Amino acid sequence: MNARTLDPAHHLIKQEPYYEPVGDEIQLFEAAYRQQIPVLLKGPTGCGKTRFMEHMAWRLKRPLITVSCHDDLTASDLVGRYLVKGGETVWVDGPLTRAVRCGGICYLDEIVEARKDTMVVIHPLADDRRTLPMEKLGQLVEAPPEFCLAISYNPGYQSVLKDLKQSTRQRFVALEFDYPAAELERRIVVSESGVDAGMAEKLVKFAQMTRNLKGSGLEEGASTRLLVHAGKLISSGVDPVVACRSAVAQAVTDDADMLAAIRELSSSLF
Amino acid sequence: MASQQLTRGEIEPLLDVWLETEFTFHAAGPVARALSKLEREEQDFVLDWIKRIATTHITLAFHFAKRAPDLLRRLDPRAIEAWAVQLCDTYDRAGMYAALAVAEQVDGYARTGQTHTEGALYDDIAGVLGNFVRGLSGRKLKVEQGDSVYTDSEKIVLPAITSLLASRDDNFKLAKARVALLWAQTRFGTLRVDIAAACAGYPHPDRALRQFNALETVRLTACIGRELPGLHREILRLMGILGDALPEGWQPLADRLNLADAQVEDSLSLLDTAYHLPDFQTWCHQGEMRPDAVANARAARLEKEKARFRIKLAELLEEHTSGEAPKKPASAEKPDIEVTPRDENGALEVEITLDGAPLAPPEDVKQLLTSIYLDFGEIPPEYLSPAGEGEYDPKLVFDQPEDPDSVWHGTYHEKGAELFPEWDHGRQHYRKNWCVMREKTVAPVHDSFYRDTLDKYAGVVKHLRRKFEALRDENRLDKRQTQGDEIDLDALIEALADAKDGREMSDRLFVRLHRAERNIAVAFLVDMSGSTKGWINEAEREALILLCEALELLGDRYAIYGFSGTTRKRCELFRIKTFDEGYGDEVKARISGIRPQEYTRMGFALRHMTKLLNQVEAKTRVLVTLSDGRPDDYFDVYRGEYGVEDTRMALLEAARTGIHPFCVTLDRDARDYLPHMYGAARYIILDDVRQLPVKVTDIYRRITT
Repeated sequence: MNARTLDPAHHLIKQEPYYEPVGDEIQLFEAAYRQQIPVLLKGPTGCGKTRFMEHMAWRLKRPLITVSCHDDLTASDLVGRYLVKGGETVWVDGPLTRAVRCGGICYLDEIVEARKDTMVVIHPLADDRRTLPMEKLGQLVEAPPEFCLAISYNPGYQSVLKDLKQSTRQRFVALEFDYPAAELERRIVVSESGVDAGMAEKLVKFAQMTRNLKGSGLEEGASTRLLVHAGKLISSGVDPVVACRSAVAQAVTDDADMLAAIRELSSSLF
Repeated sequence: MASQQLTRGEIEPLLDVWLETEFTFHAAGPVARALSKLEREEQDFVLDWIKRIATTHITLAFHFAKRAPDLLRRLDPRAIEAWAVQLCDTYDRAGMYAALAVAEQVDGYARTGQTHTEGALYDDIAGVLGNFVRGLSGRKLKVEQGDSVYTDSEKIVLPAITSLLASRDDNFKLAKARVALLWAQTRFGTLRVDIAAACAGYPHPDRALRQFNALETVRLTACIGRELPGLHREILRLMGILGDALPEGWQPLADRLNLADAQVEDSLSLLDTAYHLPDFQTWCHQGEMRPDAVANARAARLEKEKARFRIKLAELLEEHTSGEAPKKPASAEKPDIEVTPRDENGALEVEITLDGAPLAPPEDVKQLLTSIYLDFGEIPPEYLSPAGEGEYDPKLVFDQPEDPDSVWHGTYHEKGAELFPEWDHGRQHYRKNWCVMREKTVAPVHDSFYRDTLDKYAGVVKHLRRKFEALRDENRLDKRQTQGDEIDLDALIEALADAKDGREMSDRLFVRLHRAERNIAVAFLVDMSGSTKGWINEAEREALILLCEALELLGDRYAIYGFSGTTRKRCELFRIKTFDEGYGDEVKARISGIRPQEYTRMGFALRHMTKLLNQVEAKTRVLVTLSDGRPDDYFDVYRGEYGVEDTRMALLEAARTGIHPFCVTLDRDARDYLPHMYGAARYIILDDVRQLPVKVTDIYRRITT
């Protein structure tokens, strides 16, 4: 078996990624894209931000370069760095530079996780200059009109240390995402996992229960993604209570009391 | 081999001592005879608890002793232990009369006459059931412990022990079913109607209330069947075990109430018929109905929520229209607000539209709307006019922090206070909600104390600064690393030259940014008891000034609190500096304003600081106490062993949560109890008060590096 290796800068998504629009986010994104305004996606984890980006990349027929930010992500991880090769140094572009050069969509996922100095690098790209200064090369890369910058963050974490600076956030058009309404979420679960409508409805109701617990012991309720996981397990024959425990409860918390409470909720429901 | 059973002759003298029969005339003889028939292990268990309860009250211990042998045959020891603790707690809270009522209650614990039941204890199940009920839709209900099973529409009350069934698991399931049924009362409209008025017209209103409760139990059980089918199956199984069924003649009523569209009004209209039917044997998961408790909670809630909602609505509107210009005059046109609750399929959602466009209400508004909907079954139209400016006094509508001193004017109350448990050494158990703690701020004294202290210790300060600066860590680039963000060009050139030379090439070719993270949070707890008057108080204040100077250099997060108290009802914690506050003139003036107060009750202060420290994000948490001697309180058992044991326990609790407690004490006379009391903590005894200011900073430096 061989895994395919893809070059993200030249890979286009061929098949339409499944996405159910919640509001007018598709039109908004397209308008922003045409006007060359960068986009900020806000919303809790697993509500479809990344899927939305894939869908938009497919729609706009641009390569999508995703960078998952972490707290050791430095500016050179994004822009590029010198590597040593056979006694010489060679310059290697980072993902952001590659996206700019090929006119793709660069999606920085969970941007607040990155180090503070990293965020400043994207500033000149995110306003009307649309340039990427590469200090180490002494160059300035101008972004073509097709290039688009999108970032995402989850305002739910509410940590002072992990907030987006005003100077960063005020450069973006913001799209707010939330868990889809019950009816829509049910459709998504049916289409993604293959369970029947009745089971999907119960799963959605179960998700609602865990979301009610947000703030009283749970950091975040079950996301649509987790429901899809649970649905997939159920449609391959796993008992619903077991599926909810392993795909949902264990994923949202480690607290034994909370796990027991969620187990009681799911066993009451199914 | 198990040791021999105790005989009556051996037990009776023990009881005589513990129950002080010479004065109380409690008849120890029959009790001793009953106890002598038990196994040795059981004897030890009961005798131990008699002794422990006797430290709280002898009469309670006697009542426990009378019932224990019989209970042992029916309940498991865990449940008996829970009952014993409940006896003491009730006595603490409500006095002897209430405690004796709890003692009587025990006879109803095992209904089915099972030989041995394993009860589900409130303390074990409350956490899970509390989260369970919060996960269900509707108003956020709390679970509390009480003397019976009922709800007042805001909290669900469960008894200390649930033990109708044989196994612990089934008893837990039963408690869960009870919680669900009480939740259903709030969620499906039972409490929306005036139950007392509905029952008042009957010759025996009590009986009418029981029959109404029965009708609603039937209806709500069917609701649970639709809403939570898994739980419904469990309920049916439990009812099967206990033989719960519909009494004669009730079937037609149940048929009506089982329909999906049955409402509370149907139960009301069936009440007449039900009143003339035979009594309904309560189902196992059915609770009591207390219309007066519901009415009280509702009365307190309605006005408050109306005001809150209207204020929030006004805020929402303002937020929504603030961008629009020119602003319409307020009176010209009323905004068209519509609120539509949707209560389908067990999901409860409320939509707000403004002039036809949907508004996204924040979470607190959603909860208010849910609660209002549950009270009325709709959102009454008068709720939809936004509050005018100044129409409500926000002070009255939103919860205000209570003035900690006002409690001593007028009647005593415990509003705005925080309650802490205390370890009762004799009982070998906590006394729940025992200490009534209030936070106060030290009145600042703006004088020259700060300057004088710095002048007095000028040499020391200089020395301290140097020492502490050496500890300071800063961001820096580490060169010549094996891994890093950037290439260290100097190192690379050298290495290449080495390679050309034929020497070994170094692999340390990178630079890495080293980020300084000391990440320590420290809380100082200062003894402000009366005994610190004079020298000690001054030394404490000077020590705090020097500490602050040093800590500011290090950038550690720190808080300073003082403690004092008179009896458990008046435990006071004095804020000198909180974690969020900067070290400014105000804090300096407060340090200068520290004055000796009353007594040394330490447990509550340690527990509160533990809580505060655990809220701060830090890698290392340190709790430093400065005190002048052993715990003590006014005319209270706290003096002596009790206080020492409580303090020891509080320190153990702190250590258990990962805090490093450290105690500095000035008590020179009584070194004997210190190692025991400070068991979990490291401590140091200072012989000379005057050393305190200099020593404390030095100690701090040592314990945090």
